[in-house]
Amino acid sequence: MAFRPLLSRTLGLTQTLTHSHSHSHTLTQLRGLQTFSLPDLSYDYGALEPAISGEIMQLHHQKHHQAYITNYNKALEQLQDAVAKGDSSSVVKLQSAIKFNGGGHINHSIFWKNLTPVSEGGGEPPHGSLGWAIDTHFGSMEALVQKISAEGAALQGSGWVWLGLDKESKKLVVDTTTNQDPLVTKGANLVPLLGIDVWEHAYYLQYKNVRPDYLKNIWKVINWKYASQVYEKECP
Amino acid sequence: MGSCCYIPSPSSSHLLATDFFSWGFKSSKLPFLQKRRFDRSQRASKICGYYGLRTPPYKLDALEPYMSLKTLEMHWGGHHRNYVEGLNKQLEKNDILYGFTMDELVKVTYNNGNPLPEFNNAAQVWNHDFFWESMQPGGGDMPKLGVLQQIEKDFGSFTNFREKFVEAALTLFGSGWVWLVLKKEERRLAVIKTLNSTCPLVWDDIPIISLDMWEHAYYLDYKNDKGKYVNVFMNHLVSWNVAMARMARAEAFVNLGEPKIPIA
Repeated sequence: MAFRPLLSRTLGLTQTLTHSHSHSHTLTQLRGLQTFSLPDLSYDYGALEPAISGEIMQLHHQKHHQAYITNYNKALEQLQDAVAKGDSSSVVKLQSAIKFNGGGHINHSIFWKNLTPVSEGGGEPPHGSLGWAIDTHFGSMEALVQKISAEGAALQGSGWVWLGLDKESKKLVVDTTTNQDPLVTKGANLVPLLGIDVWEHAYYLQYKNVRPDYLKNIWKVINWKYASQVYEKECP
Repeated sequence: MGSCCYIPSPSSSHLLATDFFSWGFKSSKLPFLQKRRFDRSQRASKICGYYGLRTPPYKLDALEPYMSLKTLEMHWGGHHRNYVEGLNKQLEKNDILYGFTMDELVKVTYNNGNPLPEFNNAAQVWNHDFFWESMQPGGGDMPKLGVLQQIEKDFGSFTNFREKFVEAALTLFGSGWVWLVLKKEERRLAVIKTLNSTCPLVWDDIPIISLDMWEHAYYLDYKNDKGKYVNVFMNHLVSWNVAMARMARAEAFVNLGEPKIPIA
């Protein structure tokens, strides 16, 4: 798919794919590199107003998320090189760039799905098993919202606040991660259901330094349907 | 004016901190003070402010067009002020940390790597005070005399230093600061980055210049264009005059030259 032209570029060949059968051993060795691209939003940039401004959505998606993807791809290419050459110190040196940019890509991809316009059901509380689980674990929806907002507001610096599911114990958890660390860095069994970006770029142009206001308003556009889907997949 | 009261410091301020700290721990339940807190009639005598918000050494619009008035108003009037007020609120609750200078407070609350909850606010107050003073209207250009000499000695050339500084700023993952510091042990200048509120004072380095790379520092003016912000800082904002003054003071603590020991 995407890596065939990449392969031929790397090999300096212009042969068609039929040749790859005879060079099958080289193909598996090179094992084409998957490059990532910016996922589309399923809504317009301005569709989440007034909770999140169109200006922020556009910048956040087209500039910030794109930058993470670009740098992630670059780091992966460099990593592939380093692995091929057996350059261990480069391999280790690249880990922080991969964690940061790869994490940024993972987290933002989830984030776009966590949001939806009011007209599409944004803000509507979850019915079904997730709603029931929330009531069981946290007492009520309001209590959960309070907890997440409080933890998000208290986070120093940059990071994310998550509602996650521990797929082993089947328990819901609220947790935070710093910078672009994905939720899985807080526990290998944690599956993110909902993530809220509390980096300043996520709200500054609109809410300035009043992060609590951002956290209060974002609930109006949270896509609980998606969170329920993920939950039901893990807890059928 | 700005920061707290003056304490006559002994030869080692570190010693003062440990003494003070251990005193505080022994008598942590100061009964008369606790009583004062609950006794409403004593409200008037309750200490409410420990540290003040120091104003930058220029008017808030003096850094236009490189750093807008809006940014200064938000950054200084909002963020910096919140840190000061947050710190004062924390200090209200507990007298152990009362009476330090800002420098000492940062080091004490850092607690050798296990920071107390007050560290974040204290360090950010210090960091921002330092940052405003690291800039001036009509700044940028190049350092002169001793500072330039030291930079050339430790980085090879000013261009090389500038490159390193910019690179550090652009490769900072998350929120943090970039610093030009004078390292005491190594007796040389270095460019370092710190995350969130960490400050090189805690490692006993002497900061010379700093740049705030938290997004709130540049987002209103430059959105996500970090490169432009950093270059504008280097070209138009950084105050080499202040750096010179700080270096001069630092030389009281670090011997940068080789001692001229006479051969008999």
